[in-house]
Amino acid sequence: MPNVDLQVNLAGMTMKNPVVVASGTFGFGREYGQFFDLSELGGICAKGLTLHRREGNPAPRIAETPMGILNSVGLQNPGVDAFIASELPFLRQYDVKVIANISGNTPEEYGIMCEKLADAGVDMIEVNISCPNVKAGGLAYGTRPELAAEVTKVAKAHAGSVPVMVKLSPNVTDITEIAKAVADAGADALSLINTLRGMRIDVMSNRPVLKMNTGGLSGPAVLPVAVRMVWEVANAVKLPILGMGGVSKGEDAVQLMLAGASAVAVGTALFADPYTPLTVRDGLAEIAHRKGLSAVSQLTGGVNPW
Amino acid sequence: MKVEHKCKILEKTMLNDSAVSMVLEVGDMVKTSFKHPGQFVHVKCGDGLLLRRPISVCSCAVGSPSDTLRIVFEERGEGTKWLSNRPAGHPLDVMGLLGNGFPMKKEGRYLLVGGGIGVPPMLGCAQFPDQKATAILGFRSKEKVMLLDEFEAVCEKVLPATDDGSFGYHGFVDALVKQELEQDTHYDAVLACGPKPMLRNVAKVAEAFGVPCLVSMEERMGCGVGACLVCACDMNDGSRKHVCKDGPVFDAKEVDWNA
Repeated sequence: MPNVDLQVNLAGMTMKNPVVVASGTFGFGREYGQFFDLSELGGICAKGLTLHRREGNPAPRIAETPMGILNSVGLQNPGVDAFIASELPFLRQYDVKVIANISGNTPEEYGIMCEKLADAGVDMIEVNISCPNVKAGGLAYGTRPELAAEVTKVAKAHAGSVPVMVKLSPNVTDITEIAKAVADAGADALSLINTLRGMRIDVMSNRPVLKMNTGGLSGPAVLPVAVRMVWEVANAVKLPILGMGGVSKGEDAVQLMLAGASAVAVGTALFADPYTPLTVRDGLAEIAHRKGLSAVSQLTGGVNPW
Repeated sequence: MKVEHKCKILEKTMLNDSAVSMVLEVGDMVKTSFKHPGQFVHVKCGDGLLLRRPISVCSCAVGSPSDTLRIVFEERGEGTKWLSNRPAGHPLDVMGLLGNGFPMKKEGRYLLVGGGIGVPPMLGCAQFPDQKATAILGFRSKEKVMLLDEFEAVCEKVLPATDDGSFGYHGFVDALVKQELEQDTHYDAVLACGPKPMLRNVAKVAEAFGVPCLVSMEERMGCGVGACLVCACDMNDGSRKHVCKDGPVFDAKEVDWNA
């Protein structure tokens, strides 16, 4: 491993390296913990939680697309209380930052969940205002600046000293509008991008592959969109950014960091190769070393636009 | 537990015009992760596809220097097409053994039911118990019949059926299951793998005779290990379980057949 300082800081939360796993792709860590020591990661964004248990959408919930996948899981999860009782203690065995991801039907639900999670002692709360797979709340909060700001305020008011990171949707005309609204409302950090809405149709049956007809696109296909949006948001607001979208190798992570991200998340690429977060971390360090940097944090915002 | 392995194709044969049989060298995969017959492996099919392909294990054996495992699959799309074109000697990236399989007992007596590409996993089930099993195997037509000799070598009785009557019983396997259970209900369980409508019908017959029935379900899969939650299976109690981690084998009574 090259001699490069991997430590980064995301809204006051120090991580030993900038590689996080993205919410919804990693469960609560138990499964991928069979492949590698979870302490190797900088952080874990846990599977998205709701106030009450949700069973999610009917199957099929996944479709393969050119260099990507569509999913329509629909926030299946055991509920915030079950997470705190059964999953958080498991994650706490590891030297890794735990980021809880929450979705609410109302601003009040976001508040209740923040309070519970702050009491339980998570390291950060990622506020999902951008899930494309649920009818109520979800994406609606993420596409209207005033609603995004309202949810952010409520979350901040109930999260105590735990930093609040708001996850932004790419399914908007101008992502900087939402980013500014959320920043003004007091968010500590931003994560982007969530999935892009998409659709695949089986040409023989004329049926969409997903039972919900549409779903969220992720994977290498969305990387350039993520890089562009991180760059735009980094130019528009002063908040630290967790960049994600299609990262499968060190170079992808470096692009997001140069665009303005302080840390990066790996998601879909896990399904093909469970060790991707580790190869991304090592690749990122290698590139930083080749660029003559002493710390990967020096990559953040380093893009030199024309 | 390490569940990813660099494997090698030892042998490749065609069982009919569409079913490919591959024997893989899988290191210590069987030793370290075999639970029951009916588990699956998650195979990476080239560099261009993001998702692995879940394929049922037909049979497997602990060995030295390497365990071996046999998969049988049909070309259904890009991934399985890539896989079917790999020659013997080619390396493969395989995760396994995954899922829970059929919770069989060595001393158990089983009625095995397979339909189409659901037939191969039942061979591993036939080889497992000390008591010889009965196998009811359904195919579309005579041209699609496969593995018959191998089932006959280990089973007490093998009853083939074809949808078009070109070989064996003319009709679906659930009718044969009914015939068999009318004569003999002394089975510990009916174990079935095949298309969902077949499983539903077999489960109905087994229930009518009061014999426990376990079914192996199929669903589009992502991670294969229970993290991404895409392979949902609707259960009778309103919950959604996951084929990769909770299954692929479920108690037929727990499955919501109307979903």
